[in-house]
Amino acid sequence: MNNLNKRNKAEKRFKLYGISAVIIAITFLFVLLFNIFSSGASAFKASYIGVKIEIPSAMNIDEINSRKEFKRQVLKMFPEVETRSDKRALLSLFSKGAIYEFEDLLEQSDSNGLDGYYWFLAHGDLDMYIKGTVERRGNEAGRINSKRMTFVDALREQNLIQLQANKYLLSSADSREPEMAGIRGAIVGSLYAILIAFIVSFPLGVLSALYMEKLASRNKFSDIIETNINNLAAVPSIVFGLLGLAIFLNFFSLPRSAPLVGGLTLAVMTLPTIVIASRSAIKSVPPSIEEASIGLGASKIQTLMNFTLPLAMPGIMTGTIIGIARALGETAPLLMIGMVAFVVDVPGTPLDPSTALPVQIFLWADSPERAFVERTSAAIMVLLLFLVLLNLAAIYIRNKLERKW
Amino acid sequence: MKFLTYLLFFLVSLSTDLSARESISIVGSSTVYPFSTTVAEEFGRRNDSFKSPIVESTGSGGGLKLFCSGMGPNSPDITNASRRIKQKEISLCESNGVKNIIEIKIGFDGIVFANSKKGLNLELTTNDIFLALADEVPCGLQDEVTCKNTSKLWSDVNSELPNLPIVVYGPPPTSGTRDAFVEIAMTSGCNQIKWIKDLKKTNKNEWKKICRTIREDGPYIEAGENDNLIIQKLNSNPDSFGIFGFSFLDQNNDQVKGAKINGVNPTFDAIADGEYKISRSLFFYVKKDHIGVIPGIQEFLLHFVSEDTIGEDGYLIDKGLIPLPEDELMKYQNDAKSLINMSY
Repeated sequence: MNNLNKRNKAEKRFKLYGISAVIIAITFLFVLLFNIFSSGASAFKASYIGVKIEIPSAMNIDEINSRKEFKRQVLKMFPEVETRSDKRALLSLFSKGAIYEFEDLLEQSDSNGLDGYYWFLAHGDLDMYIKGTVERRGNEAGRINSKRMTFVDALREQNLIQLQANKYLLSSADSREPEMAGIRGAIVGSLYAILIAFIVSFPLGVLSALYMEKLASRNKFSDIIETNINNLAAVPSIVFGLLGLAIFLNFFSLPRSAPLVGGLTLAVMTLPTIVIASRSAIKSVPPSIEEASIGLGASKIQTLMNFTLPLAMPGIMTGTIIGIARALGETAPLLMIGMVAFVVDVPGTPLDPSTALPVQIFLWADSPERAFVERTSAAIMVLLLFLVLLNLAAIYIRNKLERKW
Repeated sequence: MKFLTYLLFFLVSLSTDLSARESISIVGSSTVYPFSTTVAEEFGRRNDSFKSPIVESTGSGGGLKLFCSGMGPNSPDITNASRRIKQKEISLCESNGVKNIIEIKIGFDGIVFANSKKGLNLELTTNDIFLALADEVPCGLQDEVTCKNTSKLWSDVNSELPNLPIVVYGPPPTSGTRDAFVEIAMTSGCNQIKWIKDLKKTNKNEWKKICRTIREDGPYIEAGENDNLIIQKLNSNPDSFGIFGFSFLDQNNDQVKGAKINGVNPTFDAIADGEYKISRSLFFYVKKDHIGVIPGIQEFLLHFVSEDTIGEDGYLIDKGLIPLPEDELMKYQNDAKSLINMSY
């Protein structure tokens, strides 16, 4: 009786340990997610300053020096500003991007003239103050000194500073000005890289798995290959970066920083994962089906192509997608082949220089400008979204195509 | 099999027309990286005919190694450095065919000793810094011997300093910031002790060892190359200090403040005037023979040294760069215009 009590108690205790382990793990996850989401959410909005723009329709826009004209329009709002340092302080509230926005506006106006309030991107320093990330102490807030603050106060009084949707975050590539920086270049670079990784590693992986599982004769040599593939899956990813540097850059002299090279390097890295997943998927196809096919007169290759491979496909796809998802989150191998770089242009082809999403996160996390902090979190949110989508795709494919025997 | 043939064909056909690279490739120092990228971006936006340069942050040493690895489109055109190129590196460059190098100094970066705004205002001398952070310090006032540094509190170092534990977050030995900090702050501190200064003449190695070795018993904590991390640590522990570049102090001046060193606050003006001594020069190096091969190098060079970029009111100054004195700027502008090789 006593013994039974003891055993019951032990069982209860064990259950409790299990529950607390799960709770701790979930807490970690939620703290992390909460941290990222709470600091990243504000990056999807940006501060804009309203400027009254008056350009008569008679004016030929081609003759306008947009930089000077923009300054003139801004200074017009504060006619009392005279000294050079005051003018600089006022103009420094605008982002460098405001001038490009003004140029676009001029082009769109088609010489019809402009009249009214238009919104222009504010400097990252101001954005941080408006969002409350940088606290106000007296007449100063971080890099907004008292001189700049008088203009900020005046603009706010007239309700000319607003938070609007951040147009840059998803539509432009990297920039040194945090308010103009976006992840479009990194997303395109990542997509090219994982597309190339998929195109190269999937057929190679599946073919080698098929051959090794079904066609190769078992001997010492095949055992060695098998062990090596299993070991390769555990090799640190930086090693593959060195391999990529030696083979693709130095030997094939492919361009540095290109997603093509990144994709090929990631392909080599994902290959073992795909081979292992494919082999176990192929192994789990019931031999009875293959035997029936052979019994009916099909050749070995016909059997493999028409029965084994289609039946193993859900497992193979799941393994591949998980391998690719891992590749999507990798930075280390990309470091060696020059994809950890500052690239302003969105890559047009896989041969153009580019970064990748995790690399962009790493670069932003290391930047001195305060406004990059929230953008780093926003980029992490986008990366997480892609990873969740890939994993959902894996689950969907498995559930949809899987057959139970 | 067909697929493999195609792939191989694809790769080989690619490698034939890669001799043409369209964008300038820049590598090098992580300290110069924020400045170099700003210029790269602005250059790309202002010139429609050239692509924006690609900038990689590899560290000064790593950048010079890549830079000196050879000529041609597979090697970088420009490398940034937070210290001057060494004779050893020039020889390496020469042995790999990189013979004509143009040197441009872009300005200065101060190194600050900062703590949280919530913490005390500390006034230090470089001697205090040496006594607090060196691995070996003089044992007593009279004897000319050194013992392991055992100071745990700032008041152990100098009785006028507060009774607080010494906790300093700083960069690891691979960092250029650390090299500069050790060379300028620590060395100037230890030279204030007369017998150590005299040692320089009699036993230079011993002098170097005493002046330039940072203690490893806890008070100095290596915080990696990420300066944002150091700022977070300073915030969570207001009694701790951090060592990083002036641009980080400038960008985070709502959270941290720089300590007065030898009576001077680390402000923009004090660094520019040379009054605040702990600062270093920032450089970049250009392969002269790549000009004309890779489009836009000379235009980039001229844009970088222009008044609008690194002059007194240049846009890099807003990013925390300390400008060169007028005459020095003129010299480098001339070097860029006439493409004059560096003289060492």
